[in-house]
Amino acid sequence: MPLTLAEKLISMHAGHEVHAGELTVVKVDFAYVQDWTGPLTVDKIVELGAGLAKVPSHTAVFIDHASPSSFKEVSTGHTKLREYARDSGCMLSDIGGGVSHLVLGEQVTSPGMLMVGADSHTCQGGALGAFATGMGSTDIAVAMATGETWMLCPEAIRVEVTGKLKPGVYSKDIILYLIGLIGADGATYQSLEFFGDTIEGLSIPGRVTISSMAVEAGGKCGLFESDGHTLDWLRENKRESDFKDIKVDPGAKYVRVVKIDAGSLEPMVSFPHMVDNTRPISHPDCKDVPIQQAYLGSTTNGYFEDFEAAARILKGKHVAPGSRLVVTPGTKSVYRKMMAEGLMDIFLDAGGVINSPGCGACPGSHEGILGDGENCAASINRNFKGRMGNPKSFVYLASPALVAASAIEGKLADPRKYI
Amino acid sequence: MGRAWKFGDNISTDLIAAGRYAYLRTNLPELTKHVLEDARDEFRAQVNPGDFVVGGTNFGMGSSREHAPVIIKMAGTSCVAAKSFARIFFRNCINIGLPAVRVDTDQIEDGDELELDLKAGVLRDKTRGVELPFPPMPQVMTDILEAGGLVPYLKKNKGFKLA
Repeated sequence: MPLTLAEKLISMHAGHEVHAGELTVVKVDFAYVQDWTGPLTVDKIVELGAGLAKVPSHTAVFIDHASPSSFKEVSTGHTKLREYARDSGCMLSDIGGGVSHLVLGEQVTSPGMLMVGADSHTCQGGALGAFATGMGSTDIAVAMATGETWMLCPEAIRVEVTGKLKPGVYSKDIILYLIGLIGADGATYQSLEFFGDTIEGLSIPGRVTISSMAVEAGGKCGLFESDGHTLDWLRENKRESDFKDIKVDPGAKYVRVVKIDAGSLEPMVSFPHMVDNTRPISHPDCKDVPIQQAYLGSTTNGYFEDFEAAARILKGKHVAPGSRLVVTPGTKSVYRKMMAEGLMDIFLDAGGVINSPGCGACPGSHEGILGDGENCAASINRNFKGRMGNPKSFVYLASPALVAASAIEGKLADPRKYI
Repeated sequence: MGRAWKFGDNISTDLIAAGRYAYLRTNLPELTKHVLEDARDEFRAQVNPGDFVVGGTNFGMGSSREHAPVIIKMAGTSCVAAKSFARIFFRNCINIGLPAVRVDTDQIEDGDELELDLKAGVLRDKTRGVELPFPPMPQVMTDILEAGGLVPYLKKNKGFKLA
């Protein structure tokens, strides 16, 4: 029977062929937590009486959400995670290392793997052809302690994206458009699987932007086949041997097919307070929306090419009076490359401020919390009420390029006029 | 038995356990004092043991933070009922032993007296005299819920029993 990508990857870890709608126990290749969910996971591992993680080399702790810590209580949670890492021997990515999913994308995530993480954006791993999905602290405690978990093999939606993206339009615009089309629960419990010549042309960072946001449509995972771009990425990160060919079977059964003409897409904006509340930038609602803070970063747009797209627009320009620009590199290696390639100077000359690598202001606890009534144009993944730390503020989601253009004009702006 | 506290569609985990209180995640009793604060401020002060949180579609969307269902439970809530749930939130509810049931919540008004009958698979609205059926969960989820959560379930079974 021909298999979808989700069916194929789950079958590889169940030891037998699994189809949509079937429950199965799977072997977990990698399980991880971050500093907001991890302390509870450590408690649960102790409660389980399992002692330390069964496969420490395949588990990790990331201190990325509050990095460095902004509260004494969070610091105490960090201590707990560092002690767990020391005692178990698992991988520890401490403050300044970067966002878990981005660091793993550089160092660990590979085609054919099955990964679970105590963070909803774990689905980002699908960009590299891994089955990756987010779960809660207790589920991850069990996956760490036993090396397995149970799951329902999801039905799948086939998303076919064809045609050439216009200059100033990016993979962020594809995923915002898709979520606007199918809704914030349009793929609940389902696997979103991406195909078509536009997708084949996307680099891994471009795919990461899409897969990370599968959860914003309710998806369990956002999967891509592995190909030349996957191999290039692994080679760049000096782990070419991790490549595995993952391809969908012709004739695999999808519950829905969504077709997107990439050539017709405009830069997109998600209006507060829902990700599916999207408008193309030419929509009248996008006129004269003041932007007090422009924010670049997050797991969704945290790789070098995301900052490069913004820097191209900001080069030689300055943020508008009354506006500010906050930049959070996704990982330490991205930070280094930004320094080496002159991006830091561009952002600093433009009046920007640069945070340490990590989640930054995206989850709303530090490094760029908004004031009452303020608007933020952000290259992040969620704009829920209170997301960036203040329920009386407003978050507009867009590509890094649109965020950069908005910083220059002090209002929502079309990046195409700067390209 | 308990009263219904109605909430709308798309209640995010940010509305249930706001990111600005992340520093309280290692102090769950304190975090519970802020449960659902940004969705319906009076809930946290007025909720009584046994009460029901009643949502619309896509309840619990967003982050994986298990603290969201944990503090709903710690506030005394006996059950979350919604037209539909976000995937991770639903799984988290079961893992911590908090019943989460999918019913047509349009038929429930705020303040109605509700009663959950897990065995019969119905939520009874005593005020309105209606029985709202919900689809059965996979057996493994029923077993986890009956054991009181995933940790007690695994201690008892020493592994997953899917059949």
